[in-house]
This record gives sequence, C-alpha cells and structure tokens, in this order.
Amino acid sequence: MPIDVEAEVLWNRRLSPDYNVLALAAPAIGARVEPGQFVMVKTARGQDPLLRRPFSVFEILHADDGTPTGFTILNKRVGTGTARLYVAMPGQTFSCLGPLGRPFTLVDPPVEAWMVAGGVGLAPFATLAERLRERGCLVTLFYGARQAHELFAVDLFKNMAVRVVLATEDGSCGVRGLVSEPLADELERREPDAPLMLYACGPEAMLIAVSQLGAVHRRPSQLAMERVMGCGMGGCFSCVVRVRDGEGGMRYVRSCIEGPVFRGEDVVWE
Amino acid sequence: MDLSVSIGALELRNPLMSASGCFGYGVEYADVVDLSTLGAVVVKGLFLNERDGHRPPRIVETPSGMLNAIGLQGIGVHRFIREKMPELRRLRAVVIVNICGTTIAEYAELARMLSDVEGVAALELNISCPNIKEGGITFGCDLTNTHQVVSGVRRATALPVIPKLTPNVTDIASFARAAEDAGADAVSLVNTFLAMAIDVERRRPVLSNVTGGLSGPAIRPIAVRMVYECARHVRIPVIGIGGIASARDALEFMIAGATAVQVGTANFVDPFIWPKLLSGLEEYLVRHRLERIRDVIGSLETGAEPHSHESTPRCT
Repeated sequence: MPIDVEAEVLWNRRLSPDYNVLALAAPAIGARVEPGQFVMVKTARGQDPLLRRPFSVFEILHADDGTPTGFTILNKRVGTGTARLYVAMPGQTFSCLGPLGRPFTLVDPPVEAWMVAGGVGLAPFATLAERLRERGCLVTLFYGARQAHELFAVDLFKNMAVRVVLATEDGSCGVRGLVSEPLADELERREPDAPLMLYACGPEAMLIAVSQLGAVHRRPSQLAMERVMGCGMGGCFSCVVRVRDGEGGMRYVRSCIEGPVFRGEDVVWE
Repeated sequence: MDLSVSIGALELRNPLMSASGCFGYGVEYADVVDLSTLGAVVVKGLFLNERDGHRPPRIVETPSGMLNAIGLQGIGVHRFIREKMPELRRLRAVVIVNICGTTIAEYAELARMLSDVEGVAALELNISCPNIKEGGITFGCDLTNTHQVVSGVRRATALPVIPKLTPNVTDIASFARAAEDAGADAVSLVNTFLAMAIDVERRRPVLSNVTGGLSGPAIRPIAVRMVYECARHVRIPVIGIGGIASARDALEFMIAGATAVQVGTANFVDPFIWPKLLSGLEEYLVRHRLERIRDVIGSLETGAEPHSHESTPRCT
C-alpha cells in the first residue's frame, strides 16, 4: 500500500547542467521501497504542473544506526516539473506518493546479474546492486551515455564491488558506441551454462536491443519501462505497455501496476 | 450532519463519486481509500467485449489540465462481473457501471446483463467519449439519438439510468431535456472537451489519436456554467463533473444545481483526496449553519433573471 509523504528536501547535488540527485526525507517510503519501484512526485503545489511525475528510487538514505530516513531520485531536467526539482532548495517540501509498482525479481548465486543502464535509466540499479550484493551475487553494470560527463555515480557501484563497463557515444569514456555493444560482446563470450539474469533500464531503443540480445543468447531479462504516467495507481490507463498474453495474443497492460518491470520476452515493441 | 443525497430512487451517503475512467475499476484504489465512504464508485466505461484502446502516448499535461485519448481500453462486461464485482461487493462500494456501445441494442444488452448483478446500483451511459469513432459520441451529439439510446436502456432495466453528456455541443441543456424526456433518472456532465496538443519541434500531435479530451481545473468554469444551465431546464438530478479538486469546487457545482459531483483528474494527483473533500463539505455546513447538504443544491442567488438559452444544438 502506497503512502503520501510531504517530504522535505535534505540536499540537492547538481551533477551537471541537466542532472541532479535530490534527497528527500521520507522514512516510511525509504523503509518499504524495493528495487525497481517508483515514487510519484508532485513537483509544485497547485496546478502548474498539475500531475505528479514518476521517479525510480535511486538510493535509500539511512541514519547512522541504519534506520531509513528517506531516499534520493536521479533527476534529469527535461520539462517544467523536472526543472523545478533541479533547482529545489533544502527545506522545500514535495509530496511523494509511493512506493508503487512491481519490483525487480532478485536472483541468487550462482546466477550472475548484468545490469544495463542508459542515461537516467541508471536510477533503479543502485538499490538493486546493493540487494544483489547482499545475497552474494556477482554484479556487472553496463552503463552508457552520450558523453563522459553524463556518466554519474560510477564510484557508488565500484564501492559495492560491482564490475562496471562504460560506453559513450562519442568515445570520451569507455567503449565508443552504444552500451548494447559491449553487452553483445560479453554475451558472445559467456559460457552458455553459466547462469545469468539481465536487468535493463533506459531509452526504448536500448531496451529493445537488450531484449533481442537476451532472446538470441537465451538469457532471461527484466526491463524497467518508462512511460508517460498519469496517476501511478492504475486509475487512468495511460502508461500502457504492449505484452504477449500467453495465449498467442497481445494486450496493453498498465505499467504502473503490472510493471514497471517486465520480462523482456513478454514485451511487444511498437 | 446529513451529507446524503438522492439520485432518483438511489440514496447516497454523500454526494462524492469517482468519475468514470479516472478510478480504474475501483479495486485499484482499495488500499488507499475505503470505497464504502464514497457516495458511489463509477467504474471505467465497459463495452460488451474487451477493448485494446489506443496506442500510447495516451495523455499529455496542458495548463491546469490534461488531455487523454485512452480509447476505452477495457476488460468487457463479462470479465468485470466475474473479476471485479465480487471485490467491490466485499468492499461495500455503491457501484455505478459506465456502459458504452456501438448500437442501441448493445447498450440495452449491457443494461440487461448488469441489472441482474448484485451490487450494481445504477448505470451511467457513456454517450460522450470524444476519443473513439464508433458509438458513444454519435449518440451524444444528436438529440434524436440521445432520446433513442436512453429510451432503449430505460426499457431494458429497472436500475437508475444516468446518461453522461458531452460538452461538445452548442446547447447542452437541450440534451439534458432529451434524456429526461426519454426516462433518464439523472444526467451527469460534463465529459471532456475535445482538444489537441502539438509537439512544435516535431510538428506532430502529442497524442497518438491526434485529438483528445481535456479535463482538470482548466475546464471547471465552463462545466459549472453547463451544470447551471442543465439544472434550470430539467427536473431530474444533475451530477456535476469537471475539474473538481477541492470541497470548494464541489460546492460550486452543487450551488449551481448539481445534486452530486464526480471527481476525476484530481484523484490522479491525490488519491487520498476523498476524506479531505468530505471533511471540507462538513466544515462548510458547520460554517453556514446548515444541517443537510441537500440545502446547498441549487442554492445559487443570481439577483437577476438570466437570459434564456435558446439555440440550435450542434456538434462541434
């Protein structure tokens, strides 16, 4: 059951002219959120913007004694709402509704986890990596962006002993090209009987590539889908994803309640 | 304090309803609101059969509002009765089922089927969805068709029948009167305003359906005017809909003549809005030393006789 928290901004760390990490005080959400779940944030009081915006929880914040105090979101300035979150000041409050949606399904050793992130799609993987590392899984992050200064929080993952493979479209850091390219190379080299789970979040073209690579190499995948969302609760039917229904047909399902995480083999790309 | 209101033979504990298409099938919200505390739960529009709806993008935000073109995706009446009604009964929700058809016979068939279902309190007729070509709006934009579809449903059921009217006509009051003449127990209005948003960088419509329906606070003053006009021209109850986001807004519709109200877009923004609306209504009664919310209905004092609304209905 989601709750609505009037969450105070604890801090706002600008990462670039477009990206920031916003820390919000919401102990009850921090205590309950699972990797892959999201929060609907009201970016302004009143009616401009009117609707909430969905955000994956990036990190869970803890007090010194380990009790959760809140969470962070990885924000990219795109429109009016995200611009407000970019300039948010400590002490300001935002209404946060969550946690919402179905989380990632976790794996256990000896299954390895390969996480594939594009741009702001990095967001759900910090908490996922933490949980998988606690379970003893080997975790790799394939992380791509347009250029080097749009790659963030790499040390956060390295500090969890996550192997990190970077890719930039301009070649300014890591492999030159799309993040799906080093992923394809490593899938090619991987022993077929060494178990693996692919997790992916990012632009649709990247998700398509990951699901197709998963199909070719017979690897299961879980994709966190980003859709324009009205309510986050299943009320409006706007955030639909086309999926196979298991009986040879296809149907639209609401990504807010049946997702945002889908099995790659279930998604029909339109 | 008495918040109860009557819609024909239907007694509601309070005038607050969810608006169809804005509250799923009701069960989605069972974790955050006690559905039995709502006057009624109006569920998403149902056809006889399952429907896929439009391709995304299906919504876009606009100033103080939103456009939607969902395309009436739905599970169909059979699955609704089988999969959703047991839970709604268990939660003691007063359920109003919104029905949509492509023919009068389909509306009547839906009405007959739902008449036998325990827990269905009334039927709302969707004759006003602006986002699909077949059915719905083709009935709601023509006075004769409106009369015929309401008559057809009237003959098929003893349940209260509530046609939901479109604002995309020149004279909505004449449609309310056509519905009343055909035996409707109430009318609900307004559905969304046909509207459009364009991505100027790509020079393309934002919605896959090109056009959509505008809802939210942006439409509230127009909806209040339409409720006011309809309430003056019919004797049956009017249910007010359009951008209600607070108790103040609900009261505005009731003073204009609405017996009950529906809340849609505001529930997307705040699914915990329902108890806030109820306490706001109670506070208003206390402040104005009123015992019953019924005394608010149509209590508008204009001071002058407004001019009449005689004009030719026309679909836009």
